[in-house]
Amino acid sequence: MRRLPVLLRLLCWSLLLAVGAAVTTVLPQPAVAAVDAFAFETDEQQRRFRQMSDDFRCPMCQNTSLTGSSGGVAEDLRREIYLMIMDGKTDYEIEQFMLERYGDFIFYRPRLTLETVLLWFGPLLFLVLGGWIIFGIIRRAQPLAQEQVALNDEEQQRLKALLDNVKRD
Amino acid sequence: MSRLKLFIPVFVFMVMAVMLWRGLYLDPRTLPSVLIDKPLPEFELPRVEDEALISKADLPDEPFLLNVWGSYCLPCLQENPILMAAKEAGVVPIVGVNYKDKLNLARLWMDDNGSPFDFSIMDADGRLGINLGVYGAPETFIVDGNGVIRYKHIGVIDYKTWDEEIMPALAAVKAEATL
Repeated sequence: MRRLPVLLRLLCWSLLLAVGAAVTTVLPQPAVAAVDAFAFETDEQQRRFRQMSDDFRCPMCQNTSLTGSSGGVAEDLRREIYLMIMDGKTDYEIEQFMLERYGDFIFYRPRLTLETVLLWFGPLLFLVLGGWIIFGIIRRAQPLAQEQVALNDEEQQRLKALLDNVKRD
Repeated sequence: MSRLKLFIPVFVFMVMAVMLWRGLYLDPRTLPSVLIDKPLPEFELPRVEDEALISKADLPDEPFLLNVWGSYCLPCLQENPILMAAKEAGVVPIVGVNYKDKLNLARLWMDDNGSPFDFSIMDADGRLGINLGVYGAPETFIVDGNGVIRYKHIGVIDYKTWDEEIMPALAAVKAEATL
């Protein structure tokens, strides 16, 4: 079989890796650690409960959502969310409840504040900066390559002499 | 000038390296508390000692420590001698929050190890804990005479944290109270 050009092969590999990385990050969290027996009146209430337990981070276990954690405090917080939903509280009110007690840490998706601006836009900043630098380097390199080199008579003769030298060797 | 520009990547690398290096030594378990300078939440809960109902009004009206503990909590046992010594020396009143524990186990723990607390609030379902932003025992708050949270220490108190964090913070709150 004919071997693919190096560039093409590189491209294939990186595509494969990128897809792999994307799949593994999107995969759902393994197994729900605890099943609470909460009774909801409507599907909407249940949907909101699921959504919020997924979106809040368990303060004790560092990198698990409330849904995926069996830690004591996660259990309690799920119960609080349930009670607040049944009490007719809005999503915003529940978020505020969590924020007032546990701070920004509780949100898996940090709010956009002065402190988190870099978190949100840092990667974009680096991309723009990198692109700008690369653009600058490429643009500076081009005129050099394309510049016509004109030699005067004297220089032409020196060049000829040099080339002759090379040939003789 | 353009020669200096060559060093920009090195400079950027160094800044990032320093920041990441420092990041290695941050404790991700210590969350900054949002409750500093906020009043204690209202509550009405039984006391571990005699099950009498107590509320915020029954708390000391001078600066005191609020220590979240449980009989299941090993670090609480570790810091107990320090709190006992503080109690015996009359340094500061200590109020316990018995967090998500069982009454009989809590009492047994106090009988076995001694209680450094003036009294302990029984927070069996962890609701007071949630209102205090607690996520696991031990946690220790310094509360001033007006019932406002002034300082929070997460995790075990050893002699070093007692001398270098708790005592200075307590002294600052006390000094303010006598002004």
